[in-house]
Amino acid sequence: MDYLLTFLPWLLAAVQALLYLALAPLLAGWLRRIKARLQNRRGPSLWQPYRDLYKLFGKEARVATTASPLFRAAPYIVFVATWLAAATVPLIAVDLPTAMVADIIVLAGLLALARFFLALAGMDIGTAFGGMGASREMLVSALAEPAMLMAVFTLAMTAHSTNLASMIDAQLAAGLVLRPSFLFALGALVLVAIAETGRIPVDNPATHLELTMIHEAMILEYSGRHLALMEWAAQIKLVLYGALIANVFFPWGIAQSTAPTALATGALVILLKLLALAVALAISETVLAKMRFFRAPALLNLALLLALLGLLGHVILEVGS
Amino acid sequence: MDQALSFALLAVGLALASSLVSCFAARFPCLLRLVALPVFALAGLAALVAGVVALWDGGTATMTLPLGLPWLPWQLHLDALAGFFLAIIGIVGAAAGIFAPAYVRGIERSSESLPMLGGFTGLFLSGMLLVVLAGDAFLFMVAWELMSLSSYFLVAFHHEHAANRRAAFLYLLMAHIGGLSILLGYGVLASFGGGFAFTAMRAAELTPGWASVAFALAFVGFGMKAGLVPLHAWLPEAHPVAPSHISALMSGVMLKVAVYGFIRFVFDLTGEIQWQWGVAVLAIGSLSALMGVLYALMQHDLKRLLAYSSVENLGIIFIGLGLSLLYLGTGHRLLGALALVAALYHSLNHALFKGLLFLGAGAILHSAHERDLEHMGGLLRRMPWTGLLFLIGCLSIAALPPFNGFVSEWLTFQASLQAWQLDSGVLRALIPIVAATLALTGALAALCFVKVYGIAFLGQARTRHVRRARPVPSSMRAGQAVLAVGCVLLGVLPTAVVALLSVIPEQILGHGLPQATAHGWLWLTPVAPETGSYSAPLVVALLAAMAVAAAWLWRRGVVRRVRRGDPWDCGFAMPSSRMQYTATAFAQPVRRVFGLLFRIDESVETDNKGVLRHRLAVHDRAWTLLYLPIARLVDAGVRRIVRLQSGNVRIYLGWTLATLLVLLWIIS
Amino acid sequence: MTLAELPLLQQLLLVLAALVLFTSFVLLEQARLVSAIHAFAWQGALIAAITVIVATGGGAKHLYFSALLTFMLKVLLIPWMLHRQVQRLDLERHTQALRRPALVIMAAVALVVFSYWLALPMVAQELTFTRNIVAVSLAIVLIGLLMMVFRPQAVLQVLGFMSMENGLFLAAVSTTQGMPLLVELGVAFDVLVAMVLFGVFFLQIRDSIESLDVDRLNRLTETVENER
Repeated sequence: MDYLLTFLPWLLAAVQALLYLALAPLLAGWLRRIKARLQNRRGPSLWQPYRDLYKLFGKEARVATTASPLFRAAPYIVFVATWLAAATVPLIAVDLPTAMVADIIVLAGLLALARFFLALAGMDIGTAFGGMGASREMLVSALAEPAMLMAVFTLAMTAHSTNLASMIDAQLAAGLVLRPSFLFALGALVLVAIAETGRIPVDNPATHLELTMIHEAMILEYSGRHLALMEWAAQIKLVLYGALIANVFFPWGIAQSTAPTALATGALVILLKLLALAVALAISETVLAKMRFFRAPALLNLALLLALLGLLGHVILEVGS
Repeated sequence: MDQALSFALLAVGLALASSLVSCFAARFPCLLRLVALPVFALAGLAALVAGVVALWDGGTATMTLPLGLPWLPWQLHLDALAGFFLAIIGIVGAAAGIFAPAYVRGIERSSESLPMLGGFTGLFLSGMLLVVLAGDAFLFMVAWELMSLSSYFLVAFHHEHAANRRAAFLYLLMAHIGGLSILLGYGVLASFGGGFAFTAMRAAELTPGWASVAFALAFVGFGMKAGLVPLHAWLPEAHPVAPSHISALMSGVMLKVAVYGFIRFVFDLTGEIQWQWGVAVLAIGSLSALMGVLYALMQHDLKRLLAYSSVENLGIIFIGLGLSLLYLGTGHRLLGALALVAALYHSLNHALFKGLLFLGAGAILHSAHERDLEHMGGLLRRMPWTGLLFLIGCLSIAALPPFNGFVSEWLTFQASLQAWQLDSGVLRALIPIVAATLALTGALAALCFVKVYGIAFLGQARTRHVRRARPVPSSMRAGQAVLAVGCVLLGVLPTAVVALLSVIPEQILGHGLPQATAHGWLWLTPVAPETGSYSAPLVVALLAAMAVAAAWLWRRGVVRRVRRGDPWDCGFAMPSSRMQYTATAFAQPVRRVFGLLFRIDESVETDNKGVLRHRLAVHDRAWTLLYLPIARLVDAGVRRIVRLQSGNVRIYLGWTLATLLVLLWIIS
Repeated sequence: MTLAELPLLQQLLLVLAALVLFTSFVLLEQARLVSAIHAFAWQGALIAAITVIVATGGGAKHLYFSALLTFMLKVLLIPWMLHRQVQRLDLERHTQALRRPALVIMAAVALVVFSYWLALPMVAQELTFTRNIVAVSLAIVLIGLLMMVFRPQAVLQVLGFMSMENGLFLAAVSTTQGMPLLVELGVAFDVLVAMVLFGVFFLQIRDSIESLDVDRLNRLTETVENER
């Protein structure tokens, strides 16, 4: 653990954390653009999310008279918790002290912390939409969380570690191994990511149709910098899941040393991976329709089944004795 | 170590003194508030000191009391395990003692039975302390019954309501069935060990069959007291009806005493552990955790909800214990110690946050006279301190980092992820499934406590008396604050706690957790640093650093003002407090998705004025599946027996004669 | 022996076997008849692929033929026949959700664990990787039977039956390099005949009880009390 006290890895971790902040709106813009192209629209510029955030930060925040102090604190907590969760996921280099500070269970816990405050903020004003959004969000996440952890456990049992950096190292060391468990875990994690980041078919990030919203319903009352923080946190979460899927299942290309060339390659490769994942997401969002809310549990049950099969597959097929 | 024991005896003495003083409270009601309860708090403090010293010291101390039967004097025995549970009893007892005076003031006028309240509270505490201190089965059972009986009277405190009397009776009944089962379990051990002293039992060699019998009896008995599904039915009835500080003691501490008994009996006294026990405990633990949280979600009475959530948390503790048994039974001592420490850690955590939440519920009850979530709302702005402390409790119980509930769940996850070391493939597959159940439970607990906090403290007040709620007196806040600080400290400094706790497995299993704290106080590494590490202080530091960075970033140059205005609500009219989501509505999706597990009576009726009425009742399935059939069976049996009751004296005498003859024949 | 030490081809084999198991679950849970038929076709395709891989690895030439046979029969012919039946019976949009899906899925998972437990003793004689495939194929057989228990719809019953046969075939291919060609031909022919018979059977029960729900066949019992 001593190397953690040295300076360079921490610097690298800080750079990666900032990179998450910087990348998040770009990915959102790219996703919107691809979707627009798929729908035969021109779509906004790639940089539009940055402009939106900048604009919101410059605006005065308006808070309902019925709001409690928690309402104003929540955006900061949500943002910081999501950001820290993201900072634990290796992005361009494996060698992260933050991954030691918080392993993947802590990552799930930090996301849960953010969600807890997001839901509370939704309920604070006392509008019906806020309560509805909070109730739905918590249910979706309650069903998604066991699937996610079970998928993660499958990986952890293969790598004998819950530490993301060790998992990626183990994956890289083993080379190309076809594991049935990884296939299922990947499927489960993709479904969980879709549900947790509020994408179609579970939630529609673009909707303001009152009865179909989940995430939007909770942040309905926010404006100005508070809204900006909430939006930014949501974008970071999307990048986080993208980086998690890309780097845990397809870690090739990530920098294993701190040499500048390795880091440059790592940055380029992860950018390409994320952009490719975003294209896949855009296609699936264009093809699929949003589900009725009470169909979403079926989707998450599928995720759970996949995770379970991944686990059983790991035990039955992969561990010889 | 002897100091620890004398502190423990001091605690028992103070508890008894508090009980004695309260006897005079009928004449001088203020005596309870000014003398008895402060003494009670001191007793808690003494127990806490005793426990911490015992843990620190790591030795054992014994003492023989000049009480008990002639051939069986009562023995006291204090080791690290007992010390740990003393500390749990002590800290919650002290907090309850600080909280209670102001709370009792609220019921001083209305209630006639203050001596009863104070007297039995003191007895209850001394009973729990003695259970933990007992060095032989005889004293253990006496103290156990003292604890059960005195808490029965406390449950029956508001006996003017028939429902409360029923709850108390159910509690008494089940406590006795459980007590009987424990007694039989000790009987098995004693017959092999040739004596009721724990030292004799520990030395005994049990045959595997009898060991399993003893384990089953102990599991039923202690499990009943701990409120494990399906033996939990008394818990959600009994805990909520007692005064709130008593509920805190019952849920936070008395259930832990059952956990203590189980650990003492199975891990310490029974000897050779079999892995099949672990499977049974794991199964029941997971079932309790899941059912507990699901039923908690369906409640809208705050205290009842908290009681069901205790079922859930005891389930989590027993998952840890089950893992430990499983690993120990298959020869993985290190992992067994790890899982045991996780379970102990969660016991401590649950005592703290459940005590905190029950005291918070008491504060609400004191200030707003309300237990029903559907009538609350907006309390955060009316009782900001209680609101903040209650939030800490909610965050802890929802297992969110960096609070304490998360640490113990993390340890449990880490222990279950070591399942790959087991030889049996079936167990390797089973344990991660249990871990996933635990994850589901944790997520549902978060849902549950978002509901509690969002409905009770956020939004707008739903009734007039809640709108008029005022902050509670500072002593009540202090009682909650003690526990809240504990929650935060245990969450932020887990390494220190684990280092302290690892004495316990070292003493009773002969294997500690040296590697968990091997990398300095910053790092918690239960197995090895590569396998998984968590640094709560650094998480907190990073969160703070990021918050500072974020604040600094947009502090400069942009608008800081905040303007107040009406809620937007998609442009609808200004919402009234009745348009808010209710607790029942909040839980409706869960009710629908997990509908199979509840017995739901739901109907929509139109009354004669054409007003729609929606009725909803969610019942515990355990009643229809287990209790009612047993009740019917007993009823039918009793009907048979009642035929003997003919009213003729000579027939009764005849039965007496027959009984006498049979007895004489047996002993001859 | 761990997975990473196996040659890549065998790893692929395991992945495909796991996917076959997954299709079994999909079959079990699928509400729409047409989708269920597609799932069955996918299962057949996967089994054909496994057969090809075993043939390449083991060098048993006749396995190529049986792979071809499997492909023709289970991916093309039988699904096509079922499809036509469904069209003729006007059931294309028919959906019938599983009642209490969570319980049935849990039962199926338990069956998987159980078959793994059953297959454990084989480790003494055989390679681990063979044992594992046996466990999977046994699970597929059991899940097929479970499906026949829980799905009253006649077409789904047939699919359950056919997927049981798939499981047996998988076991045969992966453990003993396939059955003798003659046996395989016989089984294939049997399956085909069964398919034709089932077709006739569908029409018959449809004509006599106006439904394909096999629970309705209860009415054919002699005792009148059974009727609701």
